[in-house]
Amino acid sequence: MTTILDPTDERTPVVRQITPRTGKIAGVVGLLDISKPRGSVLLDELQLLLAARYPDVELRRYAKPTFAKPCPSDLRAKIKDECDVLVEALAD
Amino acid sequence: MTAEKPAFTLTDLDGGARRYPTGRPALLCFVKEDCHTCNLVAPILQAFHEAWGGDADIWMVGQSADGNAILKDRHGLTLPILDDSACKVSFAWDFEIVPAVHWMGGERGLVDRLEGFVRAEWQDLAARIAADLDRPAAPVDWADYPDWRPGCGSKHLDPDIHDRLQADADDSPIRARRIEVASADDIAEFMFDQGFSDGLPVVPPTPERVMRMLAGTARHPQDVVAVVPPNMAPATVEKVAINAVLAGCRPEYLPVVIAALEAVCTDEFNMHGVTATTMGASPVLVVNGPIRQRIGMNMKLAALGNGNRANATIGRALRLVIRNVGGARPGGVDRSTLSSPMKFTMCFPEWEEGSPWEPLHVERGFAIEDSVVTAFAMTSGPVQIVDQESRQPDQIAGTLGLGLEGMFLSKIHRMPVDALLVVCPEHVNTLMSEGPYAKARLRERIQAVTARPVREMVANEISGAGIPLASAAKMTEAQLASPAPKFADPKHIHIVVAGSEAGKFSAAFHGWVTGAAGSAVVSRKIEC
Repeated sequence: MTTILDPTDERTPVVRQITPRTGKIAGVVGLLDISKPRGSVLLDELQLLLAARYPDVELRRYAKPTFAKPCPSDLRAKIKDECDVLVEALAD
Repeated sequence: MTAEKPAFTLTDLDGGARRYPTGRPALLCFVKEDCHTCNLVAPILQAFHEAWGGDADIWMVGQSADGNAILKDRHGLTLPILDDSACKVSFAWDFEIVPAVHWMGGERGLVDRLEGFVRAEWQDLAARIAADLDRPAAPVDWADYPDWRPGCGSKHLDPDIHDRLQADADDSPIRARRIEVASADDIAEFMFDQGFSDGLPVVPPTPERVMRMLAGTARHPQDVVAVVPPNMAPATVEKVAINAVLAGCRPEYLPVVIAALEAVCTDEFNMHGVTATTMGASPVLVVNGPIRQRIGMNMKLAALGNGNRANATIGRALRLVIRNVGGARPGGVDRSTLSSPMKFTMCFPEWEEGSPWEPLHVERGFAIEDSVVTAFAMTSGPVQIVDQESRQPDQIAGTLGLGLEGMFLSKIHRMPVDALLVVCPEHVNTLMSEGPYAKARLRERIQAVTARPVREMVANEISGAGIPLASAAKMTEAQLASPAPKFADPKHIHIVVAGSEAGKFSAAFHGWVTGAAGSAVVSRKIEC
């Protein structure tokens, strides 16, 4: 762990930047399996529930080659281009 | 050296916690395994332990865990050896040389302290301990020991370790929020994510780096240097130092960054307006005086460009303070249409020794021996002014005038706007080829060669900029024919010398809105 000193006026908390949440489920929803065991089970169930509740939403499945490494940049770009919302199943 | 020493808890070689004080008298000796003198005294301390261990705590405090185990095996030690590999206790006990032996036998703590090895002093100390404890002398063959051996510098004084310990100490000058970055995080990426960067990589401002940076100024870390627009946030010396670390400054640059920040955070300079304008203005810093050489600034070949750490990072540090403390960010208060690379950094020194004129700071009322930074709010530059043919002084002066005529738009004249003209040495040589050519004469020449009839400023089919047709219709023929020089007043033409001795290429920076409604040039003395 490295400690650094805050160069700002400290008016805002230091937090990891996360993508703004849309607040709604619409358009194309991606379901990303990180390839950890049983992640696909969770996503299969989620896909059924989403399809039943949001018939107008298009669902697309994606999978990382391995959970042990960051998402390949091509796959990340593809998801970004194709999806409005992404659900990522993180762990078993 | 104070009589009472701080309490501590350290582990011994068996992993047991040893807390000082225990309530008994104590002899504590700080040692390093790789110090010959520490090895010399180890058997003496063991003898002390065997003689007096029932009445007093005789402890070695070692500055590396591995070293402690080696000392134990090498000398067959049975006395407790405590692990101070973090050096926090060594730092708190405040000595310089190991072995550092402390006899804590009195009611008020420290009775005696010795650093290094002087046999007679150690013998006196042994006699004193025996007397204080009312016990027989320890069996040490003092004649086997040399009269004197120097010790070694304590590990806690190594610069990297000491700066970190100082930053962590209870009386640390560091007050800024500490941000812990997980080891799995890439620290460079983390700082980009947090928005601490201008878009280029920044140096992580660790507490030890900031401590070293603070050594560059005599000012107290919590002194407020300036209230920084646009958020009007106070910037302490510490915050300036943190941003100077981010920018890549060396500690000796810090006084220049501090003075520059003072200059731009004045009402006259108007950093808020300079930040907010869609025109994309930014400070251009000119450094004068002895500090230029002292910190190795580049005033000659490539003075306005890349390659010199001081030139590059001083200007960048100022920009990062404005960004991080003041909150000036593109798309926020910074509304620049195109902006400019000057918003990364723009700082250079005047080559006073290559100039026939008074240096800028002397012209502005400072003593020649003062070190001074002058801030200009500029929107363009450096714009090259090329003339490789002129051989007459007035021709070169004329060229410099024509070069400045393009400022904003060539047809706009009588501008109440500052310009900063950087004259290269070869152009200086031509100017001076027939004798002194004063700055006042150069300014007059610039005004003379740029004087055009007011009529040429009127909006027309080529360009709608300038005097509106309706206004021009109300002017007399004499008014329309009257000559209008480029500048409303020669005082707007600021002149310095810099650059390589080869090349007939001067340059100009073009200003923003000058004066009370915009920005005025501000100089500040650099307190070194």
